[in-house]
Amino acid sequence: MNLHLPATTPAKYVSATVLTVVFVFLAVLPSWYEGYSITLLTEIMKFVILTVAWVMFSGPSGYMSLATAAFYGLGFYMAAVLSGTLPFLVLIIAAGATGFVVALIVGMLTLRLRDTYFCILTFGLVLLVDQVIREVEQELSGTRGRFVDTQPTVTVYFAMFGVCVLTILVAWLLKRSRHGLALASIGQNEEAAAHSGINVVRTKVFVFALSAILMAMAGAVIATRRSYVDPGVAFSLNQTFLPVLMALFGGMHNLVGPVIGAVIFTFLRERLLTSFPEVFMLIFGAVMIVAILFLPNGIVGLIQQAWRKIRGWMTRSVPL
Amino acid sequence: MAAFRDIVIAGFLLGGIYALVAVGMSLQYGVARVLNVAHGEFIMVGAFITFWLFVNIKLSPLLSIFITGPLMFIVGFVLHKTIFRRLMRTSPDMRAFEGKSLLATFGLLYVVQNIAILLWGSDVEGYSYLVSSITAAKIPVNRLVALAFVVVLAAAFYGFLARTRMGKAIRASAQDPTVAGLMGVKIDNVLAICFGLGLAMAAIAGSLISLVYQSITTSMGLAYTIYAMIVVVLGGLGSITGSLAGGLILGFVSSVVTYYKPSLIMIAFYAIFVVLLLARPKGLMGK
Repeated sequence: MNLHLPATTPAKYVSATVLTVVFVFLAVLPSWYEGYSITLLTEIMKFVILTVAWVMFSGPSGYMSLATAAFYGLGFYMAAVLSGTLPFLVLIIAAGATGFVVALIVGMLTLRLRDTYFCILTFGLVLLVDQVIREVEQELSGTRGRFVDTQPTVTVYFAMFGVCVLTILVAWLLKRSRHGLALASIGQNEEAAAHSGINVVRTKVFVFALSAILMAMAGAVIATRRSYVDPGVAFSLNQTFLPVLMALFGGMHNLVGPVIGAVIFTFLRERLLTSFPEVFMLIFGAVMIVAILFLPNGIVGLIQQAWRKIRGWMTRSVPL
Repeated sequence: MAAFRDIVIAGFLLGGIYALVAVGMSLQYGVARVLNVAHGEFIMVGAFITFWLFVNIKLSPLLSIFITGPLMFIVGFVLHKTIFRRLMRTSPDMRAFEGKSLLATFGLLYVVQNIAILLWGSDVEGYSYLVSSITAAKIPVNRLVALAFVVVLAAAFYGFLARTRMGKAIRASAQDPTVAGLMGVKIDNVLAICFGLGLAMAAIAGSLISLVYQSITTSMGLAYTIYAMIVVVLGGLGSITGSLAGGLILGFVSSVVTYYKPSLIMIAFYAIFVVLLLARPKGLMGK
């Protein structure tokens, strides 16, 4: 078996082509089609963004962040606060900037810690930000939520599409950059990485904050779909857990896995959630456990394994 | 003066319950290396079984502790023997195991919570038992009884760890599982027992919570998980005495904050948490 894989395999050309075709299709779709599928695709792209952004940091570094819902919720709430005063695009950028700043502060405080502590702290962060905003709202405006200027469905769709393309682009570029390599080496052995001259804390904080920008942007875009927003909606813990499950289910070793996981899961969730919510969440939990137990490399890993086996048989059956 | 007395008694009670919850979690993390995010869900299950038994067969909540505790012990034992042992065997190292087991407990959280919703719905439930107050102090009897239970339980558990053979095996496995295994400790069983004991404590805490606070919902678990995590970090990950002390401290803090401004509680916890982690990342009694 060939252990050393060249940098550009035919498989990569295939996936690049598939990706381009999908993007072009998504870009032109609303011009000849309007309906529920636009909303569904917006939701799917939202989870692709969250999942890919989560994998961007937590995949290579091994630090499990559970703060996705915090950054997503911040973006969501920023959009609600600023809506009506700023153009949509500026709104999204402002939300991203907020996510970046908060992630920078949190990252600098917590990323010096061991991974379990980091995990617990990020988990608490979601509830903290939720509580702080509730408190501030009570004190300042005496309300529990806010009304939002809604955007047309197609505008939201294109905005989400833009952020989605940006996320995949950033994730892809990061993986090939110095920072991406540094982060991967931190994940393998943090001490060794530090000794070989990597500024460990700076690398971790930088990528963490980078992923937070994208999460916050996704939140800001989806917020304009609703006319009323309150912290309970914005900071739902599902936004933390679902991306982790989607990444696990799809596989975290490359970019395709998280995308596939997010697409399959969001589609099933949207289809099944309305008809039987409790049973769906029950199945969701069970699938999560099964995926961890039996699919260590996710669906993509499983397919790769199967493909290697099939190819093995084929080459063996050819008489030399 | 009355305010002060109320704060102290509420603080002891809350602290005792937090300590019970956190010792369970600490046992699971410190020995079995599973950071159990579903811990609070088993508190909720304990609370609801107690509630159900009280409403349907009028069983005293104080007796149902002897049902919920052992029942959840068995559940925990089986869960560890099936899910977590398999994960431990397939993980390349401890760090990978900790990450995977954490995620598995997320799955568990969803499974347990949604089974509970199917069984009991998602409304706020509650019952009244021993609510009459004694003397002039206006403190319900059930609070004092619950407090006594927590103290007895903590003492019994401490005795178990310090004096018995199994307690010694648990302490040895916490220090170094490999060496403990070489010394003849049946490590798989010890870890499963620790996980089961953790769930048993969660369930007992749940029974007491349903007795004292009289309002339980199927979504209450997560908040307790967070409190337990904070206490466990406060006391030092894996330190049992640290968790006891941390639980008491957090109980008093939350008692004081609740007295003045209940909505600030999470903010107060988080502030303690961050300051402590930055000043002493190993926790109060961490090694």
